[in-house]
Amino acid sequence: MSDSDAITYDRDYDGPIVSVHGLRNSFGEQVVHDNLDLDVRRGEIIGVVGGSGTGKSVLMRSIIGLQTPKEGEIRVFGQQILGKSDAETIEIRKRWGVLFQGGALFSTLTVAENVMVPIREFYPDMDREFRREVAKYKVCLSGLPPDAAPKYPSELSGGMRKRAGIARALALDPELLFLDEPTAGLDPVGAAAFDNLTKELQQTLGLTVFLITHDLDTLHAICDRVAVLADQRVIAVGTIDELLALDHPWIQEYFNGPRGRMASAGKKMLG
Amino acid sequence: MAIPSDFVEETTEDGAVTLHFSGDLSIASLGDLPERLRDYDAAISRLDIADIGYMDTVGAWLVHRTARDRDAEIVGANDDAQRLIAAVSAADQAADIRPEPPNPVLRVLNEVGEATTVAFTTLSGLVGFLGAIMVGFFRLLRHPGKIRWNAVIQRFDVVGVRALGIIGLMSFLIGLVIAQQGAVQLRQFGAEVFTVNLVGRLTLRELGVLMTAIMVAGRSGSAFAAQLGTMKLTEEIDAMRTIGVSPIEALVLPRFIAAVFMLPLLGFYASIVAIIGGGLLSWVELDIPPATFFSRIREVVPLTDVYVGLVKAPVFGAIIAITGCYQGMQVKGNAEDVGMRTTAAVVQAIFLVIVLDAFFAVFFTWIGWN
Repeated sequence: MSDSDAITYDRDYDGPIVSVHGLRNSFGEQVVHDNLDLDVRRGEIIGVVGGSGTGKSVLMRSIIGLQTPKEGEIRVFGQQILGKSDAETIEIRKRWGVLFQGGALFSTLTVAENVMVPIREFYPDMDREFRREVAKYKVCLSGLPPDAAPKYPSELSGGMRKRAGIARALALDPELLFLDEPTAGLDPVGAAAFDNLTKELQQTLGLTVFLITHDLDTLHAICDRVAVLADQRVIAVGTIDELLALDHPWIQEYFNGPRGRMASAGKKMLG
Repeated sequence: MAIPSDFVEETTEDGAVTLHFSGDLSIASLGDLPERLRDYDAAISRLDIADIGYMDTVGAWLVHRTARDRDAEIVGANDDAQRLIAAVSAADQAADIRPEPPNPVLRVLNEVGEATTVAFTTLSGLVGFLGAIMVGFFRLLRHPGKIRWNAVIQRFDVVGVRALGIIGLMSFLIGLVIAQQGAVQLRQFGAEVFTVNLVGRLTLRELGVLMTAIMVAGRSGSAFAAQLGTMKLTEEIDAMRTIGVSPIEALVLPRFIAAVFMLPLLGFYASIVAIIGGGLLSWVELDIPPATFFSRIREVVPLTDVYVGLVKAPVFGAIIAITGCYQGMQVKGNAEDVGMRTTAAVVQAIFLVIVLDAFFAVFFTWIGWN
């Protein structure tokens, strides 16, 4: 298949799910990423951390095509996606789901209707009754009570809105899930429950999860690997123990600061 | 590509039916399988999914719900399939897609009742809001140092100066049209000279101010509602309150003052431009030279006509500012509400302006300002 053709389905691909090479993003004078490399392996939960303004969200937006980088190469499921039109990447976009920071639910639709939007968009021929059933079980699968399905987003709490966002992100049964600060703004109990949900969904559905977070507890609890963004690139990728062995001031401060030590202690106590 | 899913039936000697599935059972490959399974009338005792390829939760759901509805047994599921089917059956709970719709008779009654209460609460809300503005206004009068002159001047610019172009153009055309239509009709009686009376009295007394009010309601009333509504959504107004800044003083009063002061000026300007338009047409069509036209205007238009316009204008300005700001402050929930409230602000402002205009007409006739 030549790269200029529309991208087609290739389920047997088993290389890195996301592979970013030599990425460069800049806004005017300000360079956010320069020569950034990152590989995401199949089936892992990769946590992306970095100080404010290091371009975590910009990286995610570049991968999902909301932001066009100045240079570089981005492959998702082994397919080059930069420079392709929306129509050409449609088969790839069906295979990922995105949870935006605020949930980004459509405010004029109920939760269940929000879940049906991607299904109706990509599979308009699906039987109506069946589509409604799918929406219902997706809502429940995301840990929402069934009576949340006919509610409007404005009637939901912050935590429920994130779960509704997950339900919509999972609407097409994606293999890759992008989460942008999923636990931001949740209370610790809600955040822990959301971490569990992420882990559970990842295991049952065999998802690969690209997770942007500031939450040290999330990193310790569910991330298989952590990628650290600093100095306009990914300075290190690895398990938390591997990162701790590195002698980088930001990493040391991040994981060994008072909050980092508490999260790590909490993890050890839980075993 | 995904392999389309399919099933074949097999009947054993004892009459039990087994459906053997093949292909991928995923959202991309199901096709019309849900309909075909639903239309399959015979009893099913087993669903065999040993030969399927890839399965996702949508496929798992199809198998699960077919097994549930037909009381069939799922056989041949591998570990992945078992895990997915377990997950979706755990999520199998009755739920609604939309809130329950009420019965139609009740709904109509409900809507009539709701519209009535909304009309009354809006009216009392507007009156209450006017009261709040007055309280804020008199508090400012006692502490003139607290008046936000920058905000007031900025609103003067936005509401007044920037509206000059569009209101001028509109009034000019209206003056032209009145003169032209008047001339055509009055010529039948050989009375085309009365076109001057028509243009002068109509624009100064009624149309100048009325059309200006409608234009300002569309331009500024809607902007007031949208600005305050958005600030309400982003909690800026709540933040103001906590800091101790009264939103009425900081946001509503500058807009109110601007509308009240600008509308008479704009209305008078609109009347003059309309008269110029009418004069131009009279010159071209009726051969009335401008000098004659304007001296006729001075003769036929009593000064009370100018007063009528100038008395009404600030009241209309107040109505526009009150409805716009009131609707903006009522926004809650989502972005759609901002749109609805903006529409409501404009519609109510124009409606109230026209109703009050009728009252004014009766009133001025009664006091003898004909």
